[in-house]
Amino acid sequence: MNDVYITSDPLDSDACTKAVTFADAGGLVVFVGNVRNITKGKTVKHLVFEAYEKMALKEMAKIIDEAVLKWGLKKMVIHHRTGLVQVGESAVVIACSSAHRKAAFDACEYAIDKLKETVPIWKKEFFEDGEVWVSAHP
Amino acid sequence: MKIEIIAYGIAKDIINGPSLSMDIVEALDVGTVRKILLSNYPALKGLASLQLAVNEEYVSDDFVLKENDEVVIIPPVSGG
Repeated sequence: MNDVYITSDPLDSDACTKAVTFADAGGLVVFVGNVRNITKGKTVKHLVFEAYEKMALKEMAKIIDEAVLKWGLKKMVIHHRTGLVQVGESAVVIACSSAHRKAAFDACEYAIDKLKETVPIWKKEFFEDGEVWVSAHP
Repeated sequence: MKIEIIAYGIAKDIINGPSLSMDIVEALDVGTVRKILLSNYPALKGLASLQLAVNEEYVSDDFVLKENDEVVIIPPVSGG
């Protein structure tokens, strides 16, 4: 499996978990970002994600390199969904492992925060009465 | 020289399509291209941020463009 992966198919968090499982890694953290049914009190129908895929994969790989170096991880994988994603489905999966749990917790949180800042992927929320590109305006 | 500028997300809606071509002088910097874009498409000014990427990397305003560079408008990202 690829460490960084962008797909319009459903994500497989079990496969991501297996990919970072090692005998000498005692701490394994998996973050799964799911599509919520409500935003600021409004019912969400579904989301559509668009990616500048070549650059997004590069930026995701940079996050992994930084995290592995900084926290001495065994391994990290980041998978992101594109296209139409239904409520309850996963938009992103980040899995990582390290000898002890703290490094894995901290690295996983860093990775999702950084992904939201630097990876060129855009999310459009569809409501009953319209649609909006998330975070586009201040 | 002519450059092709690709847009994603809300920037695609604002420029009314997935890309535009711009005739620029040789050795123009990215900051000037940004100014031209903001002036031609004022709605871009309303965005929370507007970055430009060249050949799949974020670049600063003093980055100088050459022929066949892949220039992409990056509106505020919202992955995850």
